[in-house]
Amino acid sequence: MSKRLFVKGNEAIAMAAIEAGCRYYFGYPITPQSDIPEYLSRELPKLNGEFIQAESEIASINMLLGASATGVRAMTSSSSPGISLKQEGISYMAGAELPGVIVNISRSGPGLGGIDASQADYFQSVKGGGHGGYHIVVLAPSSVQEMYDLTMLAFDLADLYRMPAMILGDSVVGQMKEPLIANKRPQTELPVKDWVVRGKGVGEQRVVKSLFLGDGELEAHNNRLHDKYMLLSAREARWEEFETADAELVVAAFGSTARIAKTAIMQARQEGLKVGLLRPITLYPFPQRAFADLTRRCKRILDIELNNGQMVEDVRLSVARDAEVHFYGRPPGAGSLPTPEELLEQIKKHY
Amino acid sequence: MQQVFKRPVSLKDVQTHFCPGCHHGTIHRLVAEAMDEFGVQQRTIGVASVGCSVFLYGYFDIDVVEAPHGRAPAVATGVKRARPDSFVFTYQGDGDLAAIGTAEIIHAANRGEDITVIFVNNTTYGMTGGQMAPTTLVGQKTSTSPYGRNQAKDGAPIRMAELLTQLEGVAFAARVAVNNPRNLLDAKKQIKRAFRYQVEGKGFSFIEALSACPTNWGMNPIAANERVGGEMADYFKLGVYKDTAEF
Amino acid sequence: MGKIEIDELRCKGCGLCTIACPQKLLSLSEKINNLGYTPAEISDPSRCTGCALCAEICPDVAILAFKNKTVAHK
Repeated sequence: MSKRLFVKGNEAIAMAAIEAGCRYYFGYPITPQSDIPEYLSRELPKLNGEFIQAESEIASINMLLGASATGVRAMTSSSSPGISLKQEGISYMAGAELPGVIVNISRSGPGLGGIDASQADYFQSVKGGGHGGYHIVVLAPSSVQEMYDLTMLAFDLADLYRMPAMILGDSVVGQMKEPLIANKRPQTELPVKDWVVRGKGVGEQRVVKSLFLGDGELEAHNNRLHDKYMLLSAREARWEEFETADAELVVAAFGSTARIAKTAIMQARQEGLKVGLLRPITLYPFPQRAFADLTRRCKRILDIELNNGQMVEDVRLSVARDAEVHFYGRPPGAGSLPTPEELLEQIKKHY
Repeated sequence: MQQVFKRPVSLKDVQTHFCPGCHHGTIHRLVAEAMDEFGVQQRTIGVASVGCSVFLYGYFDIDVVEAPHGRAPAVATGVKRARPDSFVFTYQGDGDLAAIGTAEIIHAANRGEDITVIFVNNTTYGMTGGQMAPTTLVGQKTSTSPYGRNQAKDGAPIRMAELLTQLEGVAFAARVAVNNPRNLLDAKKQIKRAFRYQVEGKGFSFIEALSACPTNWGMNPIAANERVGGEMADYFKLGVYKDTAEF
Repeated sequence: MGKIEIDELRCKGCGLCTIACPQKLLSLSEKINNLGYTPAEISDPSRCTGCALCAEICPDVAILAFKNKTVAHK
């Protein structure tokens, strides 16, 4: 399909989920992501799918857990406070190695905070937001097209690695409309789900669980999960580089902030400053190699986030030892979204 | 001679971890018998909860999904919606279903999910060491109500069968006990009836089974068994509370 | 007319069968099984009717029950 559509980022996620074969959605209303359940409540019944508006985010994530245990593609979506509630279920899904897509159109906090764009959920997303020590795939779209494409990728990565995958956006990328080419689902070779519960029939019993009480059993399980995360890091890190080839300073930014940073970088280029952008697309796995490779040559990084400094920790861990990492952030809230001019000023300050 | 009592096929031939005199084993067996009777073992997906009942997969020869504490009805909802041709049941204790999982059970019931819920009420948190449960009787001493449950501060024990009966989505609700042959045979009948609701696609069915917990009650098995038929059944009245189908 | 088989290795000695038996034929033995429990035993097997109530109430499915066919159809 090459027809260009004009849709909202949140709708692009819902459309991509359907294209990816997801027929089961469980959610609870919260701003600024309600377009997703609204769209799917309309479309899934037409496709013999199931849409449930659950009693809570906790119930939604557990419905996702149950549906995923049977092998179907399923999804839930929410925004920051709701994602906090889902962390229990996400931990259980990680423990039981269940795929499933979780969308976080994040909002500002802590607490009830506000509904404005925010990147303050970076830690809760990439560091294993629930208990027990685990990771999930975290993808950070910065355009409506990426909201669509990365949602389909999230389903594939979740199935390939048997782990939950998250789309981490905010109201900027969720609420804005942009042209979209509704690509076909990628032809990915996916593993057979020979672990799903289905009613044992005449076969062997199957159990989907995260309880391992035998001597050494849980340690071995955790080590296997760790190996999987290492494999994921080696294979699946994704990022975008913009004008980095000759850059004297590279801005690191993701999602909505990267869009604003890109405008500032183009303004800087017009003024003759050699500035580039390194935009992580996968926040987990973090594109460590991209930063390591880049900082062999370019020694100045300016990390920009819509929070008081979260991804910058991973940037610092990834760059060459002699690289300088500067940070500029605005904690999220009404009126805190930086302008390109403001970021240009920061670029000049650290150039 | 003809064998008149044998182990159900759906129940694995293994020793359970349950304490002597605990009724979980009996309730497990009755559920397995119902599974055998309706021939649903091969298409059953059980949802285990957290507590003494977590090892469901160790005792039933069926596929099982383990749910987080209290969330079994939500997990079962996801399973059943995705696989409507499977037979889905949850098996939950009182702390799981009537405290931390109150929202999940009420809303799964209210949606009329086509699942069966086996709720085992032993008035205490068994696995964690006998703390006060939402069903602990007034005056009952537990490890977190050392002076006895105080209604003024802790509220009165929740009667889940009666509470759920109020919901339109509930098709069948009964409270049973297995403390003596008469109650046990009735429990067997009601569990089978609850199963029949799902087998025939008649909606949400709920069994509350009173159970002894001799270990955490600090009683010998015989005394604990007597308590079930005594002060427990006095407060949690046995009976069929809702039975909407014609069969 | 009836017969029961008690699996002494499965029995946890809870004694619920002793109160279920209408003939009061069951009691807990003095000997200790490999789990450390005193398993149930039947005192006068010839009086067992095969009613299976002991088996029904046993939480550990440690008792199997048999009955003479003619009696079973009565």
